[in-house]
Amino acid sequence: MKPAAFAYHRPETRAEALALLAEHGEEAKIIAGGQSLVPAMNFRLARPPILIDINAVPGLDGVREEAGQLVIGARTRHATFEKPVTAGPLGTLLARVAANIAHTPIRSRGSWGGSVSHADPASEWCCVTRGLEAELVAESATGRRSIPAADFFQTIFTTALRPDELLAEIRLPLFGPDWHCGFAEYARRAGDFALAMAVVACRVEGGVIREARVGLGGIASTPVTSPEAVAALLGQAPSPALFAAAGAAGAAATDPDGDIHASGEYRQDLVKAMIRRALVQAFA
Amino acid sequence: MGGIGRSVTRLEDPPLLRGQGRFAADIRFPGELHMRVVRSPIAHGRILEIDTADALDSPGVVAVWTGADVAEIPPIDFRQMRIPGLGDYRQPILAQGMVRYVGEPVAIVIADSPYAAEDAAELVFADIEELDPVMTAVQSPGEFAPGLTTEAGVVRKSYGDLPAAFAAAAHVFELELGVGRHTGVPMETRGAIGYWNADLNRLEMHGASKVPHANRLAIAKMLSLPPEQFHLFEGHVGGGFGIRGEVYPEDVLACLAALRLKRPVKWIEDRKEHLLAANHSRDQLHRLRAAVDANGVVLGIEDEFFVDQGGYVRTHASTVTDLTAGMLPGPYRVPAFAATGHIRLTNKTPAGTYRAPGRYEGTFVRERLMDHVADRLGLDRVEIRRRNLIPAEQIPFRRGLDALGTEVVYDSADFAGLLAKLEAGVDLPALEATLAARRAAGEKVGLGLAYFVEKSGLGPFDDVIITIAATGAVEIVTGAASVGQGVETVMAQVAASVLGVAHTDCTVVHGQTDRIARGMGAFASRVTVMTGAAVTMAAEKLKERLLAKAAQLLQGDRASITLDGCGIPLGELAAACAADDGTPALTAEASFTTDHMTYPYGVHLAVVRVDAETFGMVVERFVVAFDVGRSVNPMLVEGQIHGGAAQGIGGALFEEFIYSEDGQPLSASFADYLMPTLNEVPMVESLVLEDAPSPINPLGVKGAGEGGITAAGAAIASAIENAIQYRINIAQLPVTPARLRSMLQQASGS
Ligand SMILES: Cc1cc2nc3c(=O)[nH]c(=O)nc-3n(C[C@H](O)[C@H](O)[C@H](O)COP(=O)(O)OP(=O)(O)OC[C@H]3O[C@@H](n4cnc5c(N)ncnc54)[C@H](O)[C@@H]3O)c2cc1C
Repeated sequence: MKPAAFAYHRPETRAEALALLAEHGEEAKIIAGGQSLVPAMNFRLARPPILIDINAVPGLDGVREEAGQLVIGARTRHATFEKPVTAGPLGTLLARVAANIAHTPIRSRGSWGGSVSHADPASEWCCVTRGLEAELVAESATGRRSIPAADFFQTIFTTALRPDELLAEIRLPLFGPDWHCGFAEYARRAGDFALAMAVVACRVEGGVIREARVGLGGIASTPVTSPEAVAALLGQAPSPALFAAAGAAGAAATDPDGDIHASGEYRQDLVKAMIRRALVQAFA
Repeated sequence: MGGIGRSVTRLEDPPLLRGQGRFAADIRFPGELHMRVVRSPIAHGRILEIDTADALDSPGVVAVWTGADVAEIPPIDFRQMRIPGLGDYRQPILAQGMVRYVGEPVAIVIADSPYAAEDAAELVFADIEELDPVMTAVQSPGEFAPGLTTEAGVVRKSYGDLPAAFAAAAHVFELELGVGRHTGVPMETRGAIGYWNADLNRLEMHGASKVPHANRLAIAKMLSLPPEQFHLFEGHVGGGFGIRGEVYPEDVLACLAALRLKRPVKWIEDRKEHLLAANHSRDQLHRLRAAVDANGVVLGIEDEFFVDQGGYVRTHASTVTDLTAGMLPGPYRVPAFAATGHIRLTNKTPAGTYRAPGRYEGTFVRERLMDHVADRLGLDRVEIRRRNLIPAEQIPFRRGLDALGTEVVYDSADFAGLLAKLEAGVDLPALEATLAARRAAGEKVGLGLAYFVEKSGLGPFDDVIITIAATGAVEIVTGAASVGQGVETVMAQVAASVLGVAHTDCTVVHGQTDRIARGMGAFASRVTVMTGAAVTMAAEKLKERLLAKAAQLLQGDRASITLDGCGIPLGELAAACAADDGTPALTAEASFTTDHMTYPYGVHLAVVRVDAETFGMVVERFVVAFDVGRSVNPMLVEGQIHGGAAQGIGGALFEEFIYSEDGQPLSASFADYLMPTLNEVPMVESLVLEDAPSPINPLGVKGAGEGGITAAGAAIASAIENAIQYRINIAQLPVTPARLRSMLQQASGS
């Protein structure tokens, strides 16, 4: 459990980091919190010849509100979200989600940008990023571009980021007070990667759901949305029966893989339950 | 001050809390080399060739050895419970022609840094012709080697008239029950540092634990060294649980390398290796038939079981099988009994003992039977047990069986009394009523309990040397070992009680083979009983000498003098005695011997809630009632109970080594081998009783190391069945949510 040899760079400006990526992109890996990368290196599942440590680069931390979006610096640690970072329903939601990610030491190092760049389909931030239709902002020495979440997650551990790109920020919609948000997951133990999870956000107007987003994690090679659950919700008044029906509709459209912890069928049951629970929480 | 019965804090703790512990990895010798083991990636195969050329060329590499380089070293011998025929199944220190499990050592690389060693180890290429692996102990035996089947041995134990029992039975029940593959996972992984001590012309092994004296003889023999030229040194040990401290290939390899290279050679196991290479345990399947009368009284049990031994038979030989069979009837009368245990080789990591070996499994089997009988006859689960318990009048009770080579005689017990105290302690009727009300309101919550009998204090002997310096400092040297359980504190308390000194004035030396000739180490909940008895005896001898000396100096009456009342400091008295003896300090030795173990017992009670949607299970309450005869340090007894219960909950709900069909381990990291954490373990409640002190040792103590785990699997299974109101029959541990879901689906016919 000792990593293979690697060269190590610790740039102190964003320009320097981007220049290093331009030079070494294919060979290099960015290290942020190291909470996924270092275990993979210690098992020698990952053996990057070059590490570019972005922890000394200023301006990659913290959240701000801008033009109806919550802008999350890529290196913002999971623990930052344990208390609401914004006043509306989004802040409450993110705090609920954060409590499910790993354990305190990991939350104090691991970053949102690291989670989504790593693209584990069972990652909570990946589920939220995809489910709430975030935008991801990537930078390279040649420019900056925005990537919709739908295009960002390509398959397990694979994203749309180019080797010379740094993920700089994640932009989530700042939901107004007419939105109701909820999250639920089931893991064997507290802090484990979940067997299934669901995030929901619904805008209610005149007693019926007018807009809805439903994201699922842990059940496919990427985080996914559930158009079927959304369709079940739209135009309906929130009720326990509706939540169960949305769960059933969402689950029916999934075809999860099995592993040693859960069969595909069992995961499908969990999807149903998690969508329902997330909705119950959203409207509690 | 700090005598027997006081919950004093541990003497061991200050260095540990200050980060000054010396665990195996903390031991450094100048010029040390690092060993990395190259392990088989294949479960079963024939080694065609091992190419070490690239590894030898790798920077910093000093040596690369394969099986051919260590062919003259015999396989690792048994420490315990040999039965005829097992010898051919012993493990060589590096594979000799065949590999038998993923993780088997096939080569070692020795280099000047752990990084260089690991880099070079990747360059060793073993060309292995794959053979079909055997992945279950239940299928009929295949070939292990020409002329040898995969059934290494069969353990048979019985008493009573079984045919008569079945003839008289009103009911016959048949059950198939299994416990998954778990292991003890000490926080500190294994480690061994071989050191050639040129000044003393001897080989040393640092990082030893559990059984240093036995390992000294075993390794010396393998290396053809006279034992005088080989010593083991135990530092701090971060947990043992039965698995750490046995002789493993890596220990011998590190010592051999130090001997050959005349340089320090250090091996520190990483966690992945630990899960692949250190002993596994449990993994038994039982097929049980029980003869039961109309009142639910069990008349006879016939049990055939299969032990998945893994790739080789290691130091424990038939120990686990022996204990399973010998302890299975537990606290119940069961007038007739026969057990047949098959030790079968498979292509998994070899197995050995793990905290409550054989009893965790056997208790699960027996207590599931009790629940089954209660369920089928419509009886209360407490009542069924009460009807079957051995009455107090029949104690001491000769079980009619042997275990660990000793006759099983329950030395003291009040089984029904403990059960009654537990019922009162938790207010069982009120608790049942609360749970019933919650179920009526739609929750799936239930209670289960299970009885256990443990064994402890295995002989045959323990020696102790106590020295009192002129300063009054007391030094206790023992051949016991400390795996972190508080040996120093407890032995100091025992000595302090006799000598009337503060326990903080006593130091305890353990696990050093150069300090005492013989020693049994720490296993089988033996130390407090055996070493405690020897300390008592040696301290009593010293007390006699000191009192006689005081009487002489004061020209007083021996009978009316006390050590703390005589006015002469202990150190002065000791110095005066030493002057008489012509020795530098006053010393006494004592040896406690016994042919019998002593049997603590108790009940586990669990309250478990099942989530109807996710099938997740939450242990809401866990209570352990445990009679330990006499509690030297109640806080440490509770600590043992808490830790044991946590591990028991792990085995009941989480931990399991799973393999693919082709023998690849699928649970070789903490991401997949799920240890329970504080989130999964409730605050364990303990009811420690001292109602049945042991009559067979001077302190009346019984070992407390294992009773926290023994019945956990049985109690939790029982609670889950109760939570879902007996629609299923839980026959396999761990009860995972996925398994529970499919059982419930099958039961509801969907
Ligand atoms: C025991 C344990 C339990 C865990 N449980 C969970 C859990 O329940 N849920 C969960 O979601 N996660 C869990 N994790 C993973 C954890 O959340 C990681 O922190 C996270 O996945 C990665 O973030 P990081 O900052 O540590 O990234 P790193 O490990 O440093 O990097 C991960 C990957 O992302 C790339 N990367 C990082 N930052 C950037 C960037 N700004 N731009 C481009 N690429 C970048 C790296 O090159 C690397 O490929 C667990 C980890 C451990 C060790």
